[in-house]
Amino acid sequence: MTIIIDRTREKPASSGPVSVAERQREKARPTGLYKARTPIYPKLVHGPWRWLKWALLILMLAIYYITPWIRWDRPGALPDQAVLVDFDGGRFYFFMIQLWPQEVYFITGLLVMAALALFLVTALFGRLWCGYACPQTVWTDLYIHIERLFEGDRNARMRLDAAPMSFDKLWRKVGKHAVWIGVAFGTGGAWIFYFHDAPDLIRTFWVGTAPMTAYVSCAILTFTTYVFAGHMREQVCTYMCPWPRIQGAMLDDQSFQVTYRYDRGEPRGPHKKTETWTGRGDCIDCNQCVVACPMGIDIRKGAQLECINCGLCIDACDEIMDRVERPRGLIAYDTDAAVAARCEGRKPQHRLIRPRTLYYAGALVLVSGLMIEGLRTREAIGAHALRDRNPAHVQLQDGAVRNGYTLKLANHGFETATVQIRYAGVPGAVLTDPGHPGSGPLVVDLAPNVVTSLRLFVTVPAAFVDARAGEAGDDDDDDDEGEGQHASFQIISGDDTKVVRTAFDYGSHDR
Amino acid sequence: MSDRERDDHTGIETTGHEWDGIKELDSPLPRWWLWIFYGCIAFAVVYWILMPAWPGLHGYTPGLLKQSARADVVKELNALQIQRGQGQAILASASLQQIEADPAMQAHALAVGQSVFGDNCASCHGAGGGGAKGYPNLRDDVWLWGGSLEEIEHTLRVGVRSSHPETRMSMMPAFGRDGVLTGAQIGDLTEYVIALSGREADRAAVARATPLFAANCAACHMPTGTGSREFGAPNLTDREWLNGSDRAAISGQLQNGRNGVMPMWGDRFSPAVIKALAVYVHVNAGGGEPSPNKVEAPAP
Repeated sequence: MTIIIDRTREKPASSGPVSVAERQREKARPTGLYKARTPIYPKLVHGPWRWLKWALLILMLAIYYITPWIRWDRPGALPDQAVLVDFDGGRFYFFMIQLWPQEVYFITGLLVMAALALFLVTALFGRLWCGYACPQTVWTDLYIHIERLFEGDRNARMRLDAAPMSFDKLWRKVGKHAVWIGVAFGTGGAWIFYFHDAPDLIRTFWVGTAPMTAYVSCAILTFTTYVFAGHMREQVCTYMCPWPRIQGAMLDDQSFQVTYRYDRGEPRGPHKKTETWTGRGDCIDCNQCVVACPMGIDIRKGAQLECINCGLCIDACDEIMDRVERPRGLIAYDTDAAVAARCEGRKPQHRLIRPRTLYYAGALVLVSGLMIEGLRTREAIGAHALRDRNPAHVQLQDGAVRNGYTLKLANHGFETATVQIRYAGVPGAVLTDPGHPGSGPLVVDLAPNVVTSLRLFVTVPAAFVDARAGEAGDDDDDDDEGEGQHASFQIISGDDTKVVRTAFDYGSHDR
Repeated sequence: MSDRERDDHTGIETTGHEWDGIKELDSPLPRWWLWIFYGCIAFAVVYWILMPAWPGLHGYTPGLLKQSARADVVKELNALQIQRGQGQAILASASLQQIEADPAMQAHALAVGQSVFGDNCASCHGAGGGGAKGYPNLRDDVWLWGGSLEEIEHTLRVGVRSSHPETRMSMMPAFGRDGVLTGAQIGDLTEYVIALSGREADRAAVARATPLFAANCAACHMPTGTGSREFGAPNLTDREWLNGSDRAAISGQLQNGRNGVMPMWGDRFSPAVIKALAVYVHVNAGGGEPSPNKVEAPAP
């Protein structure tokens, strides 16, 4: 038998214990301008989702704490830390990849990829990021666990908070906050290692000679970790984070979310062991899903802004279902469409491949491909030619014309590169370097990992200037626009020739 | 307040605004928001006590920390002096050639030179040193007083027609104004100078001016008209004209004898800065050995 429940109907008078959120609303009824936070005491649950959450918590924290300590051998005086944001040197090191500030589009690409992956995962499986991987979730989970170690589980904590101050209450509270602050300090302390050589910084940090930014960053992250994970918790998600407000646009009725299967659960009500299950739903209104929820909501009200999709209520409910000997999965990762189908007596069908998941996946593949291609074809030597604009051209006493350039050569590699520089496209042009007069090809050593700036001059002898003036006649449009003759620098290193486009300005030939 | 509408589902009052059946809840703010507001007020009070804050009739409340942006600037400038001192010591101890040949010293000299040039030289010679009519172009190979590093440095130190006792000094006489030559003679000489730079000129006038040039001009500009860097006399045979190349400009110069002035910088800048400036000018003029005054056309 299927029962169709209208979730918007008025609550029956005989409803069981109300949820925390419900109590919150009750409190809000005599409306004031401000509202105190209603404390949430999440109960510890056991089950596969809780285990997954533990495993991911350990994994996330391990990545965060261990990453700055991985070493990666780089030649010369370059830092040997695998992942390092080197502000002083203006470089970002990530294992074999090394990015310069002007290549920040790789970081942008990475963020775009992260956003698209988030969209895709959300469209498929709801807010898994919020439930399992978000730092706010990970650290809050850790802090709640520390709280449990000192103050016990839900009921003990509620009793303790209600009890008058005593030595027992005092040491538990002090101990909890001390460990919280310790963890917060560890969080802030690990953060700064991403910005400076870790073994060096950990020494200078403790002897007080580290840069002030290290202490300030550490203090700020210690403060935010302690406040956000210890005190703010779910309020960060509901009041401060934009993502819960945006995610509604990614979800549709085929997205897997933590769902109370009201088709099976309703009508709910207390159940005695001897009573029959026919003519009623499987939900015994035990409220375990509500007390397990770290967000303080009642999942039986359907998808809500507060729900982070963590699945702890699934574990809580499954435990109860086992006890009352009903099948598991009254609360489960399920889709709205599947629930609606069951309500209508149809067999639910899951569609992972939908237009929106295809769009997100396609965009993700496209951006990833561009990123990989960009990294693969990343130039070893970046070159830019800046033409002198004032004056754009200089006429020498014999009628020759000279243009000045600043050639900037960025050696992205870790070894000194020797390049030969040529100038092409202008008949008769002679390339000179004022610091190194002399004939022969211009050969320059480029120090690794820095930009070498060269002041170069190109002189076109009078004969060629006059010959061109004779050819061009009066309609010298190029010169009027200040564009001049198209020319190029050729940067030759080994078999590679890099061409940098520029121009030569002949100027006007007044005399 | 009691007559405000309440939302049935949440029990929260609405603002009374409605768009197509959608009503806006007037949800209470979380209380910690209020604490942050009070925290900001407390911060402001502490800030007033510690930092300069309140204006008065005679100044302002300085605050307990006596913070002053002006004092900070002085401190930073002093630190900058010390920092620059190291670079200047290096420049002072090296020769001009060494500075130009060494990439690191050259880069330093160019940076110093560019900054000093922009503040002191650019008003006459142009931001890029391109010059203007009456103000020499420093980017080409035409040098009135010589284009080697040492000669440039010397000119910078003593100036041209400045108050320095050893200043570079030359004098183009005002032949017309002072009555040395007649108007007709100046006209003939103008044709002669035009011919010197290889342009079409009145042959009869050139012939009449030949003894005039030898008597009045050749001493400084040399018999062939190629000029002399020793006397600061311009080369009249090339394509470069400091005061203009047409007949009006040339005859005007013969009539009035315009002489430019360059200040001496030796008493204003340290030797290290003068060196940097010399290297900057030399490098931007193409560097290397300066070419001698060239003959564009054979003497008429």
